[in-house]
Amino acid sequence: MKKLFSRPVLIIGFLVTLALVAVALASLVWTPLPPAKMNILHKLQPPLGFGLLGTDQFGRDVASMLMVGAWNSLSTAVLAVALGASAGTAVGVIVAMRRGWLELVTMRFCDIIFAVPPILSAMMLGAFIGSGRLTAVAAIAVFMVPVFARLTLSAARQIWTRDYVMAAIGMGRSKATITLVHILPNISGQIIVQVTIQLGLAILTEAGLSFLGLGMPPPAPTWGRMLADAQTFLGQAPWLALLPGLAIALAVLGFNMLGDGLRDLLDPKSQA
Amino acid sequence: MIAILIRRIASLIITLLVVSLLIFVVMDLLPGDPASVMLGTSASPETLAALQKQLGLDQPLPVRYLAWLAGVFRGDLGQSYTYGVPVAGLMAERLAVTLPLALMAVVMSVGLAIPLGVAAARRRNGVVDHLIGLVSYIGIAVPAFWVGLLLIIAFSTMLGWMPAGGFPGWDAGVFEGLKALVLPAVALALPQAGVLTRVARTAVIEVMGEDFVRTARAKGLSESLAVWRHAVPNALVPVVTMLGMQFTFLIAGAVLVENVFNLPGLGRLAYQALSQRDLIVMQDVVLFFAALVIVVNFLVDLAYLAIDPRLRTAV
Repeated sequence: MKKLFSRPVLIIGFLVTLALVAVALASLVWTPLPPAKMNILHKLQPPLGFGLLGTDQFGRDVASMLMVGAWNSLSTAVLAVALGASAGTAVGVIVAMRRGWLELVTMRFCDIIFAVPPILSAMMLGAFIGSGRLTAVAAIAVFMVPVFARLTLSAARQIWTRDYVMAAIGMGRSKATITLVHILPNISGQIIVQVTIQLGLAILTEAGLSFLGLGMPPPAPTWGRMLADAQTFLGQAPWLALLPGLAIALAVLGFNMLGDGLRDLLDPKSQA
Repeated sequence: MIAILIRRIASLIITLLVVSLLIFVVMDLLPGDPASVMLGTSASPETLAALQKQLGLDQPLPVRYLAWLAGVFRGDLGQSYTYGVPVAGLMAERLAVTLPLALMAVVMSVGLAIPLGVAAARRRNGVVDHLIGLVSYIGIAVPAFWVGLLLIIAFSTMLGWMPAGGFPGWDAGVFEGLKALVLPAVALALPQAGVLTRVARTAVIEVMGEDFVRTARAKGLSESLAVWRHAVPNALVPVVTMLGMQFTFLIAGAVLVENVFNLPGLGRLAYQALSQRDLIVMQDVVLFFAALVIVVNFLVDLAYLAIDPRLRTAV
Protein backbone atom coordinates (compact mmCIF):
# COMPACT_ATOMS: atom_id res chain seq x y z
CA MET A 1 0.00 0.00 0.00
CA LYS A 2 2.80 2.37 0.92
CA LYS A 3 4.42 1.52 -2.39
CA LEU A 4 1.23 2.47 -4.18
CA PHE A 5 1.13 5.94 -2.61
CA SER A 6 4.66 6.61 -3.78
CA ARG A 7 3.29 6.55 -7.33
CA PRO A 8 1.33 9.79 -7.76
CA VAL A 9 1.13 9.44 -11.56
CA LEU A 10 -0.56 6.07 -11.30
CA ILE A 11 -2.96 7.23 -8.60
CA ILE A 12 -3.99 10.46 -10.32
CA GLY A 13 -4.39 8.61 -13.62
CA PHE A 14 -6.47 5.92 -11.97
CA LEU A 15 -8.73 8.42 -10.18
CA VAL A 16 -9.31 10.56 -13.27
CA THR A 17 -10.10 7.50 -15.38
CA LEU A 18 -12.39 6.14 -12.68
CA ALA A 19 -14.25 9.45 -12.57
CA LEU A 20 -14.64 9.44 -16.34
CA VAL A 21 -16.01 5.89 -16.37
CA ALA A 22 -18.34 6.70 -13.47
CA VAL A 23 -19.75 9.80 -15.21
CA ALA A 24 -20.15 7.89 -18.48
CA LEU A 25 -21.99 5.03 -16.79
CA ALA A 26 -24.10 7.40 -14.68
CA SER A 27 -25.28 9.17 -17.83
CA LEU A 28 -26.98 5.94 -18.91
CA VAL A 29 -29.42 6.13 -16.01
CA TRP A 30 -29.42 9.80 -14.95
CA THR A 31 -28.61 13.26 -16.26
CA PRO A 32 -29.71 16.56 -14.66
CA LEU A 33 -31.95 17.24 -17.68
CA PRO A 34 -32.65 15.25 -20.85
CA PRO A 35 -29.58 16.17 -22.99
CA ALA A 36 -31.62 16.77 -26.16
CA LYS A 37 -34.28 18.91 -24.46
CA MET A 38 -34.29 22.41 -25.96
CA ASN A 39 -35.26 25.46 -23.96
CA ILE A 40 -34.88 28.48 -26.22
CA LEU A 41 -35.90 30.89 -23.44
CA HIS A 42 -32.76 29.94 -21.55
CA LYS A 43 -30.29 29.70 -24.43
CA LEU A 44 -26.57 30.56 -24.11
CA GLN A 45 -26.69 30.88 -20.32
CA PRO A 46 -23.31 30.96 -18.53
CA PRO A 47 -22.39 28.24 -16.00
CA LEU A 48 -24.62 28.48 -12.88
CA GLY A 49 -26.87 30.86 -14.86
CA PHE A 50 -29.14 28.00 -15.80
CA GLY A 51 -28.20 24.48 -14.78
CA LEU A 52 -24.79 23.69 -13.36
CA LEU A 53 -22.71 24.43 -16.49
CA GLY A 54 -25.05 26.69 -18.46
CA THR A 55 -26.84 26.07 -21.74
CA ASP A 56 -25.97 25.98 -25.46
CA GLN A 57 -27.53 27.86 -28.40
CA PHE A 58 -30.71 25.79 -28.19
CA GLY A 59 -30.97 26.04 -24.41
CA ARG A 60 -29.82 22.45 -23.93
CA ASP A 61 -28.18 21.67 -20.59
CA VAL A 62 -24.40 21.59 -21.08
CA ALA A 63 -23.74 19.42 -18.00
CA SER A 64 -26.14 16.74 -19.27
CA MET A 65 -24.65 16.88 -22.78
CA LEU A 66 -21.11 16.53 -21.38
CA MET A 67 -22.18 13.48 -19.36
CA VAL A 68 -23.71 11.70 -22.34
CA GLY A 69 -20.74 12.87 -24.42
CA ALA A 70 -18.48 11.04 -21.96
CA TRP A 71 -20.34 7.80 -22.63
CA ASN A 72 -20.35 8.31 -26.42
CA SER A 73 -16.66 9.13 -26.46
CA LEU A 74 -15.59 6.36 -24.08
CA SER A 75 -17.69 3.64 -25.69
CA THR A 76 -16.42 4.51 -29.17
CA ALA A 77 -12.82 4.53 -27.92
CA VAL A 78 -13.16 1.24 -26.04
CA LEU A 79 -14.78 -0.50 -29.01
CA ALA A 80 -12.14 0.79 -31.44
CA VAL A 81 -9.18 -0.08 -29.22
CA ALA A 82 -10.62 -3.52 -28.38
CA LEU A 83 -10.92 -4.33 -32.08
CA GLY A 84 -7.59 -2.82 -33.08
CA ALA A 85 -5.67 -4.31 -30.14
CA SER A 86 -7.02 -7.83 -30.67
CA ALA A 87 -6.35 -7.79 -34.39
CA GLY A 88 -2.91 -6.18 -33.97
CA THR A 89 -1.88 -8.54 -31.18
CA ALA A 90 -2.99 -11.58 -33.20
CA VAL A 91 -0.96 -10.38 -36.18
CA GLY A 92 2.04 -9.65 -33.96
CA VAL A 93 2.22 -13.04 -32.23
CA ILE A 94 1.56 -14.99 -35.42
CA VAL A 95 4.30 -13.14 -37.28
CA ALA A 96 6.68 -13.63 -34.33
CA MET A 97 5.96 -17.36 -34.59
CA ARG A 98 6.69 -17.60 -38.31
CA ARG A 99 9.25 -14.76 -38.91
CA GLY A 100 11.00 -14.72 -42.31
CA TRP A 101 9.45 -12.90 -45.27
CA LEU A 102 6.10 -12.68 -43.46
CA GLU A 103 7.72 -10.39 -40.90
CA LEU A 104 9.16 -8.17 -43.61
CA VAL A 105 5.85 -7.87 -45.46
CA THR A 106 3.86 -7.27 -42.29
CA MET A 107 6.19 -4.52 -41.12
CA ARG A 108 5.95 -2.73 -44.47
CA PHE A 109 2.17 -3.02 -44.32
CA CYS A 110 2.21 -1.57 -40.84
CA ASP A 111 4.23 1.41 -42.11
CA ILE A 112 1.67 1.94 -44.85
CA ILE A 113 -1.42 1.76 -42.64
CA PHE A 114 0.28 3.98 -40.07
CA ALA A 115 0.89 6.56 -42.80
CA VAL A 116 -2.84 7.22 -43.21
CA PRO A 117 -4.14 9.03 -40.11
CA PRO A 118 -7.64 7.99 -38.94
CA ILE A 119 -9.02 11.39 -39.92
CA LEU A 120 -8.25 10.68 -43.57
CA SER A 121 -9.45 7.07 -43.54
CA ALA A 122 -12.64 8.23 -41.82
CA MET A 123 -13.14 10.71 -44.65
CA MET A 124 -12.72 7.97 -47.26
CA LEU A 125 -15.08 5.69 -45.35
CA GLY A 126 -17.49 8.53 -44.67
CA ALA A 127 -17.84 9.35 -48.35
CA PHE A 128 -19.16 5.87 -49.05
CA ILE A 129 -20.86 4.49 -45.96
CA GLY A 130 -21.72 7.83 -44.37
CA SER A 131 -20.44 9.19 -41.09
CA GLY A 132 -21.43 7.66 -37.79
CA ARG A 133 -20.11 5.61 -34.94
CA LEU A 134 -19.25 2.69 -37.25
CA THR A 135 -17.07 4.91 -39.45
CA ALA A 136 -15.29 6.37 -36.42
CA VAL A 137 -14.71 2.97 -34.81
CA ALA A 138 -13.47 1.42 -38.06
CA ALA A 139 -11.10 4.30 -38.84
CA ILE A 140 -9.58 4.31 -35.34
CA ALA A 141 -9.39 0.51 -35.08
CA VAL A 142 -7.59 0.15 -38.41
CA PHE A 143 -4.98 2.67 -37.27
CA MET A 144 -4.47 0.75 -33.99
CA VAL A 145 -3.67 -2.54 -35.76
CA PRO A 146 -0.09 -1.58 -36.78
CA VAL A 147 0.54 -0.02 -33.36
CA PHE A 148 -0.22 -3.30 -31.58
CA ALA A 149 1.26 -5.52 -34.29
CA ARG A 150 4.64 -3.74 -33.99
CA LEU A 151 4.57 -3.80 -30.19
CA THR A 152 3.64 -7.48 -29.83
CA LEU A 153 6.02 -8.56 -32.58
CA SER A 154 9.05 -6.95 -30.98
CA ALA A 155 8.03 -8.04 -27.47
CA ALA A 156 7.23 -11.60 -28.59
CA ARG A 157 10.51 -11.91 -30.51
CA GLN A 158 12.40 -11.27 -27.29
CA ILE A 159 10.42 -13.92 -25.41
CA TRP A 160 11.06 -16.48 -28.16
CA THR A 161 14.80 -16.33 -27.35
CA ARG A 162 14.34 -17.09 -23.62
CA ASP A 163 15.60 -20.33 -22.13
CA TYR A 164 12.21 -21.58 -21.00
CA VAL A 165 10.85 -21.19 -24.52
CA MET A 166 13.90 -23.06 -25.86
CA ALA A 167 13.11 -25.78 -23.35
CA ALA A 168 9.49 -25.91 -24.49
CA ILE A 169 10.64 -26.21 -28.11
CA GLY A 170 12.98 -29.02 -27.05
CA MET A 171 10.07 -30.78 -25.38
CA GLY A 172 8.30 -30.83 -28.71
CA ARG A 173 5.59 -28.29 -27.88
CA SER A 174 3.94 -26.79 -30.96
CA LYS A 175 4.55 -23.13 -31.78
CA ALA A 176 0.88 -22.34 -31.26
CA THR A 177 0.93 -23.87 -27.77
CA ILE A 178 4.10 -21.99 -26.85
CA THR A 179 2.51 -18.76 -28.06
CA LEU A 180 -0.55 -19.31 -25.88
CA VAL A 181 1.25 -20.66 -22.79
CA HIS A 182 4.49 -18.66 -22.75
CA ILE A 183 4.46 -15.75 -25.18
CA LEU A 184 1.09 -14.08 -24.59
CA PRO A 185 1.18 -14.16 -20.76
CA ASN A 186 4.68 -12.66 -20.79
CA ILE A 187 3.84 -9.76 -23.08
CA SER A 188 0.40 -9.05 -21.57
CA GLY A 189 1.78 -6.33 -19.30
CA GLN A 190 3.11 -4.34 -22.24
CA ILE A 191 -0.16 -4.83 -24.12
CA ILE A 192 -2.20 -3.57 -21.16
CA VAL A 193 -0.02 -0.46 -20.88
CA GLN A 194 -0.38 0.21 -24.60
CA VAL A 195 -4.16 -0.34 -24.50
CA THR A 196 -4.45 2.30 -21.77
CA ILE A 197 -2.37 4.84 -23.69
CA GLN A 198 -4.15 4.14 -26.96
CA LEU A 199 -7.53 4.65 -25.25
CA GLY A 200 -6.44 8.23 -24.62
CA LEU A 201 -5.39 8.61 -28.24
CA ALA A 202 -8.69 7.09 -29.41
CA ILE A 203 -10.66 9.64 -27.36
CA LEU A 204 -8.57 12.42 -28.89
CA THR A 205 -9.18 11.06 -32.39
CA GLU A 206 -12.91 10.54 -31.82
CA ALA A 207 -13.16 14.15 -30.67
CA GLY A 208 -11.44 15.30 -33.87
CA LEU A 209 -13.71 13.16 -36.02
CA SER A 210 -16.90 14.42 -34.40
CA PHE A 211 -15.55 17.98 -34.58
CA LEU A 212 -15.48 17.52 -38.37
CA GLY A 213 -18.91 15.90 -38.38
CA LEU A 214 -17.47 12.43 -39.03
CA GLY A 215 -18.54 10.96 -35.69
CA MET A 216 -21.93 10.10 -34.24
CA PRO A 217 -24.72 12.10 -35.94
CA PRO A 218 -26.86 14.63 -34.03
CA PRO A 219 -28.76 14.74 -31.74
CA ALA A 220 -26.34 12.41 -29.91
CA PRO A 221 -24.09 14.85 -27.99
CA THR A 222 -20.35 14.37 -28.54
CA TRP A 223 -17.54 16.49 -27.10
CA GLY A 224 -16.17 17.13 -30.57
CA ARG A 225 -19.42 18.43 -32.02
CA MET A 226 -20.07 20.54 -28.93
CA LEU A 227 -16.78 22.29 -29.74
CA ALA A 228 -17.71 22.64 -33.41
CA ASP A 229 -21.05 24.22 -32.42
CA ALA A 230 -19.34 26.47 -29.88
CA GLN A 231 -17.13 27.96 -32.58
CA THR A 232 -20.05 30.06 -33.85
CA PHE A 233 -20.48 31.65 -30.41
CA LEU A 234 -16.88 32.29 -29.35
CA GLY A 235 -17.57 35.97 -28.72
CA GLN A 236 -20.95 35.59 -27.00
CA ALA A 237 -20.39 32.39 -25.03
CA PRO A 238 -16.71 31.45 -24.83
CA TRP A 239 -17.39 29.00 -21.98
CA LEU A 240 -19.13 26.71 -24.46
CA ALA A 241 -15.73 26.18 -26.09
CA LEU A 242 -13.96 25.68 -22.75
CA LEU A 243 -15.88 22.86 -21.10
CA PRO A 244 -15.92 20.11 -23.79
CA GLY A 245 -12.22 20.71 -24.51
CA LEU A 246 -11.43 20.47 -20.82
CA ALA A 247 -13.37 17.19 -20.68
CA ILE A 248 -11.36 15.78 -23.62
CA ALA A 249 -8.04 16.91 -22.15
CA LEU A 250 -8.86 15.47 -18.71
CA ALA A 251 -9.96 12.13 -20.15
CA VAL A 252 -6.82 11.82 -22.28
CA LEU A 253 -4.60 12.98 -19.41
CA GLY A 254 -6.17 10.34 -17.15
CA PHE A 255 -5.49 7.49 -19.57
CA ASN A 256 -1.95 8.70 -20.32
CA MET A 257 -1.05 8.96 -16.65
CA LEU A 258 -2.65 5.60 -15.89
CA GLY A 259 -0.69 4.04 -18.74
CA ASP A 260 2.62 5.56 -17.64
CA GLY A 261 1.93 4.60 -14.04
CA LEU A 262 1.16 1.03 -15.02
CA ARG A 263 4.32 0.87 -17.11
CA ASP A 264 6.47 1.93 -14.17
CA LEU A 265 4.64 -0.55 -11.93
CA LEU A 266 4.85 -3.52 -14.32
CA ASP A 267 8.27 -2.84 -15.82
CA PRO A 268 10.40 -0.59 -13.59
CA LYS A 269 13.39 -0.88 -15.93
CA SER A 270 11.81 0.95 -18.87
CA GLN A 271 11.07 4.26 -17.18
CA ALA A 272 10.44 6.80 -19.91
CA MET B 1 26.78 2.40 -47.80
CA ILE B 2 25.75 2.76 -51.49
CA ALA B 3 24.26 -0.75 -51.47
CA ILE B 4 22.20 0.05 -48.40
CA LEU B 5 21.05 3.29 -49.97
CA ILE B 6 19.93 1.52 -53.15
CA ARG B 7 18.05 -1.08 -51.13
CA ARG B 8 16.35 1.55 -49.04
CA ILE B 9 15.28 3.52 -52.11
CA ALA B 10 13.97 0.39 -53.82
CA SER B 11 11.99 -0.47 -50.71
CA LEU B 12 10.65 3.10 -50.58
CA ILE B 13 9.44 2.90 -54.19
CA ILE B 14 7.73 -0.44 -53.58
CA THR B 15 6.08 0.90 -50.43
CA LEU B 16 4.78 3.95 -52.28
CA LEU B 17 3.40 1.77 -55.08
CA VAL B 18 1.65 -0.47 -52.56
CA VAL B 19 0.18 2.61 -50.84
CA SER B 20 -1.22 3.90 -54.10
CA LEU B 21 -2.65 0.49 -54.97
CA LEU B 22 -4.14 0.10 -51.50
CA ILE B 23 -5.84 3.50 -51.55
CA PHE B 24 -7.17 2.84 -55.03
CA VAL B 25 -8.50 -0.62 -54.16
CA VAL B 26 -10.05 0.54 -50.87
CA MET B 27 -11.89 3.34 -52.67
CA ASP B 28 -13.04 0.74 -55.18
CA LEU B 29 -14.07 -1.88 -52.65
CA LEU B 30 -16.16 0.46 -50.53
CA PRO B 31 -19.86 -0.02 -51.20
CA GLY B 32 -21.32 2.41 -53.72
CA ASP B 33 -20.09 3.37 -57.14
CA PRO B 34 -18.08 6.64 -57.25
CA ALA B 35 -20.23 8.15 -59.99
CA SER B 36 -23.45 7.70 -58.01
CA VAL B 37 -21.72 8.84 -54.79
CA MET B 38 -20.59 12.01 -56.56
CA LEU B 39 -23.93 12.75 -58.22
CA GLY B 40 -26.16 11.92 -55.26
CA THR B 41 -29.48 10.11 -55.42
CA SER B 42 -31.34 12.51 -57.68
CA ALA B 43 -29.20 11.98 -60.80
CA SER B 44 -30.78 10.68 -63.98
CA PRO B 45 -29.47 7.38 -65.43
CA GLU B 46 -28.06 9.25 -68.46
CA THR B 47 -25.97 11.66 -66.33
CA LEU B 48 -24.81 8.70 -64.25
CA ALA B 49 -23.72 6.74 -67.32
CA ALA B 50 -21.98 9.83 -68.75
CA LEU B 51 -20.01 10.41 -65.55
CA GLN B 52 -19.15 6.72 -65.29
CA LYS B 53 -17.71 6.90 -68.78
CA GLN B 54 -15.87 10.15 -68.03
CA LEU B 55 -14.33 8.59 -64.90
CA GLY B 56 -13.48 5.47 -66.89
CA LEU B 57 -15.54 3.32 -64.55
CA ASP B 58 -16.54 1.08 -67.46
CA GLN B 59 -12.93 -0.15 -67.55
CA PRO B 60 -11.67 -3.01 -65.36
CA LEU B 61 -9.86 -2.14 -62.11
CA PRO B 62 -6.23 -2.85 -63.20
CA VAL B 63 -6.66 -0.66 -66.28
CA ARG B 64 -8.07 2.19 -64.21
CA TYR B 65 -5.33 1.86 -61.61
CA LEU B 66 -2.55 1.92 -64.18
CA ALA B 67 -4.14 4.87 -65.96
CA TRP B 68 -4.35 6.78 -62.66
CA LEU B 69 -0.78 5.83 -61.73
CA ALA B 70 0.54 6.87 -65.13
CA GLY B 71 -1.27 10.16 -64.65
CA VAL B 72 0.31 10.64 -61.21
CA PHE B 73 3.78 10.19 -62.75
CA ARG B 74 3.01 12.76 -65.43
CA GLY B 75 1.78 15.17 -62.75
CA ASP B 76 -1.78 14.71 -63.99
CA LEU B 77 -3.90 13.89 -60.94
CA GLY B 78 -7.19 14.06 -62.78
CA GLN B 79 -9.88 16.71 -63.00
CA SER B 80 -11.69 17.96 -59.91
CA TYR B 81 -15.37 17.16 -60.23
CA THR B 82 -16.66 20.24 -58.39
CA TYR B 83 -14.02 22.84 -59.29
CA GLY B 84 -13.62 21.70 -62.89
CA VAL B 85 -9.85 22.30 -62.75
CA PRO B 86 -6.87 19.89 -62.66
CA VAL B 87 -6.40 18.46 -59.16
CA ALA B 88 -2.62 18.95 -59.34
CA GLY B 89 -2.97 22.73 -59.64
CA LEU B 90 -5.56 22.81 -56.88
CA MET B 91 -3.29 20.84 -54.56
CA ALA B 92 -0.24 22.97 -55.34
CA GLU B 93 -2.24 26.07 -54.42
CA ARG B 94 -3.36 24.53 -51.11
CA LEU B 95 0.10 23.16 -50.35
CA ALA B 96 1.37 26.74 -50.32
CA VAL B 97 -0.62 27.11 -47.08
CA THR B 98 -0.22 23.68 -45.48
CA LEU B 99 3.54 23.37 -45.99
CA PRO B 100 4.52 26.69 -44.32
CA LEU B 101 2.01 25.91 -41.56
CA ALA B 102 3.54 22.49 -40.88
CA LEU B 103 7.10 23.85 -41.05
CA MET B 104 6.31 26.67 -38.64
CA ALA B 105 4.73 24.17 -36.26
CA VAL B 106 7.76 21.86 -36.42
CA VAL B 107 10.21 24.73 -35.82
CA MET B 108 8.14 26.06 -32.91
CA SER B 109 7.72 22.64 -31.29
CA VAL B 110 11.42 21.79 -31.52
CA GLY B 111 12.35 25.30 -30.41
CA LEU B 112 10.21 24.84 -27.31
CA ALA B 113 11.01 21.21 -26.62
CA ILE B 114 14.83 21.33 -26.65
CA PRO B 115 15.30 24.13 -24.07
CA LEU B 116 12.52 22.72 -21.88
CA GLY B 117 13.89 19.18 -22.13
CA VAL B 118 17.42 20.37 -21.31
CA ALA B 119 16.19 22.47 -18.38
CA ALA B 120 14.25 19.51 -16.99
CA ALA B 121 17.16 17.11 -17.48
CA ARG B 122 19.65 19.42 -15.75
CA ARG B 123 17.45 19.77 -12.69
CA ARG B 124 16.34 16.17 -12.70
CA ASN B 125 13.63 15.44 -10.10
CA GLY B 126 13.70 19.08 -8.98
CA VAL B 127 10.79 21.49 -8.97
CA VAL B 128 11.54 22.71 -12.51
CA ASP B 129 11.64 19.14 -13.80
CA HIS B 130 8.29 18.27 -12.25
CA LEU B 131 6.73 21.49 -13.49
CA ILE B 132 7.94 20.92 -17.05
CA GLY B 133 6.81 17.30 -16.78
CA LEU B 134 3.31 18.40 -15.80
CA VAL B 135 3.11 20.98 -18.58
CA SER B 136 4.20 18.46 -21.22
CA TYR B 137 1.71 15.91 -19.87
CA ILE B 138 -1.06 18.46 -20.36
CA GLY B 139 0.35 19.41 -23.77
CA ILE B 140 0.08 15.83 -24.98
CA ALA B 141 -3.52 15.54 -23.77
CA VAL B 142 -5.02 18.68 -25.30
CA PRO B 143 -6.44 18.45 -28.82
CA ALA B 144 -4.71 20.86 -31.22
CA PHE B 145 -8.03 22.09 -32.59
CA TRP B 146 -9.19 23.01 -29.08
CA VAL B 147 -5.96 24.94 -28.48
CA GLY B 148 -6.86 26.72 -31.72
CA LEU B 149 -10.28 27.69 -30.37
CA LEU B 150 -8.72 28.95 -27.12
CA LEU B 151 -6.18 31.01 -29.05
CA ILE B 152 -8.98 32.57 -31.11
CA ILE B 153 -10.89 33.44 -27.92
CA ALA B 154 -7.79 34.97 -26.32
CA PHE B 155 -6.04 36.73 -29.20
CA SER B 156 -8.92 37.55 -31.56
CA THR B 157 -12.18 37.98 -29.66
CA MET B 158 -10.72 39.33 -26.41
CA LEU B 159 -7.49 41.10 -27.36
CA GLY B 160 -8.17 41.66 -31.05
CA TRP B 161 -4.45 41.24 -31.92
CA MET B 162 -4.79 38.46 -34.46
CA PRO B 163 -7.25 37.48 -37.18
CA ALA B 164 -9.75 34.81 -36.05
CA GLY B 165 -9.14 32.86 -39.22
CA GLY B 166 -8.97 33.03 -42.97
CA PHE B 167 -5.93 33.54 -45.16
CA PRO B 168 -5.23 36.71 -47.15
CA GLY B 169 -3.08 34.83 -49.69
CA TRP B 170 0.65 35.27 -50.26
CA ASP B 171 -0.15 38.07 -52.73
CA ALA B 172 -1.09 40.22 -49.74
CA GLY B 173 2.54 40.07 -48.61
CA VAL B 174 4.71 37.58 -46.76
CA PHE B 175 4.12 39.29 -43.42
CA GLU B 176 0.33 39.22 -43.73
CA GLY B 177 0.47 35.57 -44.82
CA LEU B 178 2.72 34.54 -41.94
CA LYS B 179 0.59 36.50 -39.48
CA ALA B 180 -2.46 34.46 -40.48
CA LEU B 181 -0.48 31.26 -39.88
CA VAL B 182 0.96 32.12 -36.44
CA LEU B 183 -2.00 31.08 -34.26
CA PRO B 184 -2.72 27.88 -36.23
CA ALA B 185 0.98 26.96 -36.04
CA VAL B 186 1.04 27.51 -32.27
CA ALA B 187 -2.08 25.34 -31.91
CA LEU B 188 -0.34 22.56 -33.85
CA ALA B 189 3.01 23.02 -32.12
CA LEU B 190 1.94 22.89 -28.45
CA PRO B 191 0.74 19.24 -28.36
CA GLN B 192 3.80 18.22 -30.42
CA ALA B 193 6.09 20.11 -28.05
CA GLY B 194 4.64 18.10 -25.15
CA VAL B 195 5.74 14.83 -26.70
CA LEU B 196 9.11 16.15 -27.87
CA THR B 197 9.99 17.70 -24.48
CA ARG B 198 9.69 14.33 -22.78
CA VAL B 199 11.85 12.69 -25.44
CA ALA B 200 14.47 15.45 -25.23
CA ARG B 201 14.61 15.21 -21.43
CA THR B 202 15.15 11.44 -21.46
CA ALA B 203 17.75 11.71 -24.21
CA VAL B 204 19.75 14.45 -22.47
CA ILE B 205 19.73 12.52 -19.17
CA GLU B 206 21.03 9.44 -20.98
CA VAL B 207 23.77 11.27 -22.87
CA MET B 208 24.88 13.15 -19.75
CA GLY B 209 25.79 9.82 -18.17
CA GLU B 210 28.01 8.77 -21.09
CA ASP B 211 31.78 8.69 -20.89
CA PHE B 212 32.51 11.41 -23.43
CA VAL B 213 30.39 13.92 -21.54
CA ARG B 214 32.09 12.98 -18.29
CA THR B 215 35.47 13.37 -20.00
CA ALA B 216 34.43 16.78 -21.28
CA ARG B 217 33.46 17.77 -17.75
CA ALA B 218 36.73 16.38 -16.38
CA LYS B 219 38.64 18.47 -18.92
CA GLY B 220 37.18 21.45 -17.14
CA LEU B 221 34.36 22.23 -19.51
CA SER B 222 31.56 24.01 -17.67
CA GLU B 223 28.28 22.20 -17.09
CA SER B 224 26.48 24.49 -19.54
CA LEU B 225 29.05 23.98 -22.30
CA ALA B 226 29.10 20.23 -21.74
CA VAL B 227 25.34 20.14 -22.11
CA TRP B 228 25.02 22.34 -25.17
CA ARG B 229 28.12 21.13 -27.01
CA HIS B 230 27.90 17.40 -26.31
CA ALA B 231 24.59 16.34 -24.81
CA VAL B 232 22.19 18.36 -26.97
CA PRO B 233 23.55 17.37 -30.40
CA ASN B 234 23.33 13.71 -29.39
CA ALA B 235 19.90 14.17 -27.89
CA LEU B 236 18.70 15.51 -31.24
CA VAL B 237 18.69 11.99 -32.72
CA PRO B 238 15.76 10.68 -30.65
CA VAL B 239 13.98 14.02 -31.03
CA VAL B 240 14.20 13.83 -34.82
CA THR B 241 13.04 10.19 -34.70
CA MET B 242 10.02 11.18 -32.65
CA LEU B 243 9.32 14.04 -35.03
CA GLY B 244 9.19 11.50 -37.87
CA MET B 245 6.92 9.18 -35.91
CA GLN B 246 4.67 12.08 -34.97
CA PHE B 247 4.34 13.26 -38.56
CA THR B 248 1.08 11.34 -39.07
CA PHE B 249 -0.38 13.18 -36.09
CA LEU B 250 0.91 16.51 -37.34
CA ILE B 251 -1.00 15.96 -40.59
CA ALA B 252 -4.15 14.88 -38.76
CA GLY B 253 -3.81 17.97 -36.56
CA ALA B 254 -3.33 20.18 -39.62
CA VAL B 255 -6.56 18.90 -41.18
CA LEU B 256 -8.44 19.91 -38.03
CA VAL B 257 -6.63 23.17 -37.35
CA GLU B 258 -7.10 24.34 -40.95
CA ASN B 259 -10.81 23.81 -40.45
CA VAL B 260 -10.82 25.74 -37.17
CA PHE B 261 -9.00 28.70 -38.71
CA ASN B 262 -10.70 28.45 -42.09
CA LEU B 263 -7.34 28.16 -43.86
CA PRO B 264 -7.38 27.13 -47.53
CA GLY B 265 -4.90 24.28 -47.04
CA LEU B 266 -4.76 20.65 -48.17
CA GLY B 267 -6.59 19.38 -45.10
CA ARG B 268 -9.47 21.74 -45.68
CA LEU B 269 -9.44 20.74 -49.35
CA ALA B 270 -9.87 17.08 -48.37
CA TYR B 271 -12.69 18.02 -46.01
CA GLN B 272 -14.44 20.12 -48.64
CA ALA B 273 -13.97 17.32 -51.15
CA LEU B 274 -15.74 15.01 -48.73
CA SER B 275 -18.76 17.28 -48.32
CA GLN B 276 -18.89 17.87 -52.09
CA ARG B 277 -18.29 14.17 -52.77
CA ASP B 278 -15.35 15.05 -54.99
CA LEU B 279 -13.77 11.60 -54.71
CA ILE B 280 -10.87 12.19 -57.10
CA VAL B 281 -9.62 15.11 -55.03
CA MET B 282 -9.99 13.07 -51.84
CA GLN B 283 -8.12 10.11 -53.27
CA ASP B 284 -5.26 12.33 -54.46
CA VAL B 285 -4.96 14.25 -51.18
CA VAL B 286 -4.98 11.06 -49.10
CA LEU B 287 -2.31 9.55 -51.35
CA PHE B 288 -0.24 12.71 -51.08
CA PHE B 289 -0.40 12.80 -47.27
CA ALA B 290 0.38 9.08 -46.95
CA ALA B 291 3.31 9.39 -49.35
CA LEU B 292 4.55 12.42 -47.41
CA VAL B 293 4.54 10.49 -44.11
CA ILE B 294 6.42 7.59 -45.71
CA VAL B 295 8.99 9.83 -47.39
CA VAL B 296 9.56 11.81 -44.17
CA ASN B 297 10.20 8.60 -42.26
CA PHE B 298 12.52 7.42 -45.02
CA LEU B 299 14.49 10.65 -44.69
CA VAL B 300 14.65 10.20 -40.91
CA ASP B 301 16.08 6.72 -41.51
CA LEU B 302 18.67 8.17 -43.90
CA ALA B 303 19.53 10.85 -41.36
CA TYR B 304 20.35 8.05 -38.92
CA LEU B 305 22.72 6.43 -41.35
CA ALA B 306 24.45 9.76 -41.83
CA ILE B 307 24.64 10.47 -38.09
CA ASP B 308 25.44 7.02 -36.72
CA PRO B 309 27.92 4.94 -38.75
CA ARG B 310 27.21 1.87 -36.57
CA LEU B 311 23.81 1.46 -38.23
CA ARG B 312 25.31 1.22 -41.73
CA THR B 313 26.17 -2.43 -41.31
CA ALA B 314 22.92 -3.54 -39.71
CA VAL B 315 19.92 -3.36 -42.00
